[in-house]
Amino acid sequence: MLDLIQLVSTWAIPVIIAFIPLYAAFRKIPTYESFIDGAKDGFSTAIGIIPSLVGMLTAISMFRASGAMDAIIGLFRPLFERFGVPADVLPLALLRPLTGAGSLAYVTDLIKEHGPDSFVARIASTIQGSTDTTLYVITVYFGAVGIRNSRYALKVGLISDFIGFFAAVAACWLLFGLV
Amino acid sequence: MVNWIWMGMIVISVLFGAINGKMEQVAEAAFGGAQTGVTVCLGLVSILVFWMGLMRIAEDAGLVSKLARLLAPIVRRLFPDVPPDHPAMGYILSNMSANLLGLGNAATPMGIKAMQELQTLNPDKTVATPAMCTLLALNTASITLVPTTIIAIRMNFGSLHPADIVAPTLLATIISTGAAIVVDRWYRRKAGRPPKYIQPTRPSSASPPSSPPPRPLTPPGGG
Repeated sequence: MLDLIQLVSTWAIPVIIAFIPLYAAFRKIPTYESFIDGAKDGFSTAIGIIPSLVGMLTAISMFRASGAMDAIIGLFRPLFERFGVPADVLPLALLRPLTGAGSLAYVTDLIKEHGPDSFVARIASTIQGSTDTTLYVITVYFGAVGIRNSRYALKVGLISDFIGFFAAVAACWLLFGLV
Repeated sequence: MVNWIWMGMIVISVLFGAINGKMEQVAEAAFGGAQTGVTVCLGLVSILVFWMGLMRIAEDAGLVSKLARLLAPIVRRLFPDVPPDHPAMGYILSNMSANLLGLGNAATPMGIKAMQELQTLNPDKTVATPAMCTLLALNTASITLVPTTIIAIRMNFGSLHPADIVAPTLLATIISTGAAIVVDRWYRRKAGRPPKYIQPTRPSSASPPSSPPPRPLTPPGGG
């Protein structure tokens, strides 16, 4: 079972990369021209996140350098480690539903501090990739149609973020922790 | 909210820096952080250019609508109060398919169009309907097949296996999406009988659309 899941990680991307142009060729789509057309957007997307990522990374780096990060994480370390959760992911759990750029910046910071293949960085990467910024999604979607009373939507989003957080930790324990 | 967090982090950093006598490190970190931000984004260019090019092929080849057709039977059950042939359903399906393929740029406009269509079924234009809440729950959980940005960052910091987070991400995203659906269902039931919808095609004689049934404005159970 674990081998199968690991196999998904290794095979998913190459298979997708091969399947899409093949499928498009069968549908008589000019694959290369489509590719070039879409690839242009990739550049502007990457450049477009510079301001928010610089802003957030500056704040997070300062927060870490001042010792404030260690002070806060240290408070929660005993509680978290009892459950096998590295306390360093706590700020991520708080940032993730609020700000996409902020949580991405924090994951980057963790990857830089602990190394990309460390357990903490893997958990953080999983959390970042497996859920979306709840508050942003609610603001954009409901704001666009003028909904002011979102009823239980925020609660549902936050509860599923909370469950997703533990699911990410558990998934990493299952796949990387026991090796 | 984000404004306060950002400002708070910077101010607390300077306060802590002053108390701990680490002002010099704090100042250095400010510029170091900014530099890391730019370096990381430039590192993202390669993968995002490639991936978005690939995803444009998928879009042009009609994979989004293909996926939408596959998802239709499941999604209809998640939105029992949206007529299956209503335009809202089409946009909901496109939104979910685009999310699944990681086409964030395409998913958002589709989701907003779905919201606009759901709004035409809404008797009170300022209060979210259960269907809107379900659509939102699915989008906040956002099933992701390939977390490209994270893979790119891991690659840039010299990971030996940058893609090995695909499997745990998939596992976690399935669980959190499942949880979102279950929790949404639970709240939907708790909120009571779904409100009467405006029937655009054939208004029923039993309940004239001019007098919608009374409904609490705040969700039961309080904030």
